[in-house]
Amino acid sequence: MTGAVIDGLIAIVGPRWVKGRVAELATYRSDGLPTHESTPGVVVLPGTRDEAIAAIRLLHHHQVPFVARGAGTGLSGGALADRDGVLLTLTRLNRILSIDPLARRAVVEPGVINARLSDAVRQFGLQYAPDPSSQSACTLGGNVAENAGGPHCLKYGVTTNHVTMLKVLLADGTVVQMGSPNGEPWGPDLVGLFVGSEGMFGIALEISLRLVPLPSAVSTLLAGFPTVRSASQAVSSIIAAGIVPAALEMMDRSCVAAVEASIYAAGYPLDAAAVLLVELDGGAVSVGVESAAVELLLRSHGATSVQVATSPAERSRLWQGRKKAFGAMGRLAPDLAVQDAVVPRSSLPDLLDEIDIIRKRHGLVISNVFHAGDGNLHPNISFDRRDPDLSNRVRAANQEIMSACLAAGGSITGEHGVGSDKIDYMDHMFDPETLAAMCALRRVFDPDERANPGKVIPRHRCREWTNGRSRHVPGVTGKPE
Amino acid sequence: MSEAVFSRLRHLLGERGIERDATGLPRAVPETSEAVAAVCRLAMEEGWRIRIEGRSTWLPPDAPAQVVLSLKGMDQIPSISPADLVATVEAGVTLENLRRHLDDHGMWLAVDPPGRSDRTIGSIVATGTSGPLRLGMGPVRDHILGGTFVTGDGRIITGGSRVVKNVAGYDITKLQVGGFGGFGIMTQFNIRLRSKARADITLTTGGNRDDLLVAARAILQASLSPAALELLSPAMAAGAQWVLAIRLLGPVEAVQSDIERLAADSGLAWETLPAERSGAFWTLTARAALSGLVTLRLGALPVGLDETLDLVVTELDEGLISAGAGDGTIRWTGNATPDQIHHLRRISAAREIPLTLERAPWNIRQATGHFGAYREGVGQLVERLRLTYDPSQIFSVALEGSQHE
Repeated sequence: MTGAVIDGLIAIVGPRWVKGRVAELATYRSDGLPTHESTPGVVVLPGTRDEAIAAIRLLHHHQVPFVARGAGTGLSGGALADRDGVLLTLTRLNRILSIDPLARRAVVEPGVINARLSDAVRQFGLQYAPDPSSQSACTLGGNVAENAGGPHCLKYGVTTNHVTMLKVLLADGTVVQMGSPNGEPWGPDLVGLFVGSEGMFGIALEISLRLVPLPSAVSTLLAGFPTVRSASQAVSSIIAAGIVPAALEMMDRSCVAAVEASIYAAGYPLDAAAVLLVELDGGAVSVGVESAAVELLLRSHGATSVQVATSPAERSRLWQGRKKAFGAMGRLAPDLAVQDAVVPRSSLPDLLDEIDIIRKRHGLVISNVFHAGDGNLHPNISFDRRDPDLSNRVRAANQEIMSACLAAGGSITGEHGVGSDKIDYMDHMFDPETLAAMCALRRVFDPDERANPGKVIPRHRCREWTNGRSRHVPGVTGKPE
Repeated sequence: MSEAVFSRLRHLLGERGIERDATGLPRAVPETSEAVAAVCRLAMEEGWRIRIEGRSTWLPPDAPAQVVLSLKGMDQIPSISPADLVATVEAGVTLENLRRHLDDHGMWLAVDPPGRSDRTIGSIVATGTSGPLRLGMGPVRDHILGGTFVTGDGRIITGGSRVVKNVAGYDITKLQVGGFGGFGIMTQFNIRLRSKARADITLTTGGNRDDLLVAARAILQASLSPAALELLSPAMAAGAQWVLAIRLLGPVEAVQSDIERLAADSGLAWETLPAERSGAFWTLTARAALSGLVTLRLGALPVGLDETLDLVVTELDEGLISAGAGDGTIRWTGNATPDQIHHLRRISAAREIPLTLERAPWNIRQATGHFGAYREGVGQLVERLRLTYDPSQIFSVALEGSQHE
């Protein structure tokens, strides 16, 4: 990093908000995933939109790569910069710019924490629906970059279904307004392309979000099952019955044990091989009818216990265990390798059996806690990275799990993103032509490829993407891979 | 020229894969993505322009071209997975055909686009034309999990996945939803399905527009969650007054309870349509969008719907209007000149309301474009996208108008 760049950044944001000392940088070398770390050259924390724009224009002038980062909870090795890059941390851009209860819209800066928005709009009888497990820490800008999900996305949809408009700062310092308050695009669906682009298309400076009414009735059920397979079959039966729960989550015995041994103990049945947490919301009559139907389905698939939360406090207790499950697993070992694959819902029983076989083959501790309703698995492997043999077995098991999910017709990631962690699996899911088309798409937004370089797309696997006419258009295509 | 083109295409696709349209233009009818790609590559080499067609029941088949590429030969449904609520369908499958197949499995694709029910899935996706169900079920984009498209230089790209949740790679399929074929030809889709609701009831009430909008707001404030809540102009409703139509889906008891609350919350008298009439009601509403030469879509906020309707009525006419009282999207059909469309687009853009030209004869599409009055920075990105995915501009699509906004 040249002195001119650092001096320029200090001139923009002030010396307090440019971090370069080793101890300061250590905070920013991971996004919660122990298997990927990288120390940035310098960290900058702009305090205003104008400072962010000025910083990016300066970096464009000096052709310096940069990585935008929110709270650093992504778990994909995505928001990491290396020595020659600048990490632009957006947590100071944390204002809720407007709330329009009648239009059911909010406009926020990228550093606003997810849960803070729902807290702010609750007084109007509204909520922001996507609720990642890290919602008390993760930022909405990060949610946009990753197209974050969460338990309640089964019914309400993921981040992309809730973003109506974005003001985006491109890597060359230009600002683009994508979408509209209604959500209708100006031309092609640029918002749809941008959400989930993992910080490689630019930085969302202003985010307009759709709010939804708080449900008038909620029913939360917790069921214990004697086998993981019977719990999986209960999931399929609920979906097949045409019921769309607000959330449908599963935890296996290992996860339940970790939760119950932690300060987040929620009273989950310790004798169950798996528990299902099912939440229904909506109108009182609808919730009543569907709750009764779900309870019948759970019991008919062998549930040995079914608890129905009857008060908000009880509901909150049941959810606490699920929301804090990742934290509870931290007790099992120093490190946790987090997976995020997705499979067709009908494949869940077989896939979970397969994961158990892989666990036994490699002698590992795997705890499953996941969004069963949409087939989004989180088989988490507890390990100690200081043990090279164990680390190798974890790596091998991860690969085998991923291969099994892809063989079932699934995806390598449902909500965490590819980042650095899953980049080597991209060519298992997409052919070289498609990967090249993705590279070309990235260059539409960032011709110099300076925004979060080296993530998501394995460039060496891309087929060449050149063409005669576009070669003459600055910043479009024309670069062989 | 036409003979030479015909001959080259026949050589490429065989006798079965080539015919002539009503005007004598060579029409390629490929049956695979590979054949579509081969036609695109040949067109790029030869400098031909391609007109993409489905069943030609929505956009008129009048874009100037040397070759028509029809997706009608891609009419297969490779898979339906009831347990996963996912299907894979080719772009030339018609909505009515898909409905029939899904009906057998107790499922449906929850879209109700304007136009005839023999529109192809490819047409619905390419034009991004959602109907009243967008309120409760989401717009077309929400139903597409992934799919295959062919670029202007004949590359076959497969984006997204077949699972209901996926963030692997960039969501490149989004470029094609509502892209009007300017960035590629969609050949196959993975779509999200829903189980059919146990009760599906439509109710209507008539009155003046202001009263109905007040009632619609009361319904939404009362936290009823209709699948559709649509305000129809008198001409659209084929009556003497504006009509508010509500569609309720769900368990029988829940829908019955909502019906009881509806009268109390809205203060209006509602007519419950018998099952045989409710289907016909929505079908006729969808088809009414074909009763004029031009169809426009404006994306307003529901709170500004009254004002935006005034604007449309002032600048065009009351004609055939279908407006989402819960989501603010307005569809207008009638006859409008390019100058009128430009003028309305400029005024609405100043209010942050995009205007998309959904359907019109070529001379109007060419003059006004499907899109226009871009916000800050959008035009440059659209140009780059176009040049990336159709480098030789072989697709005969008027994304932007020839007249400056």
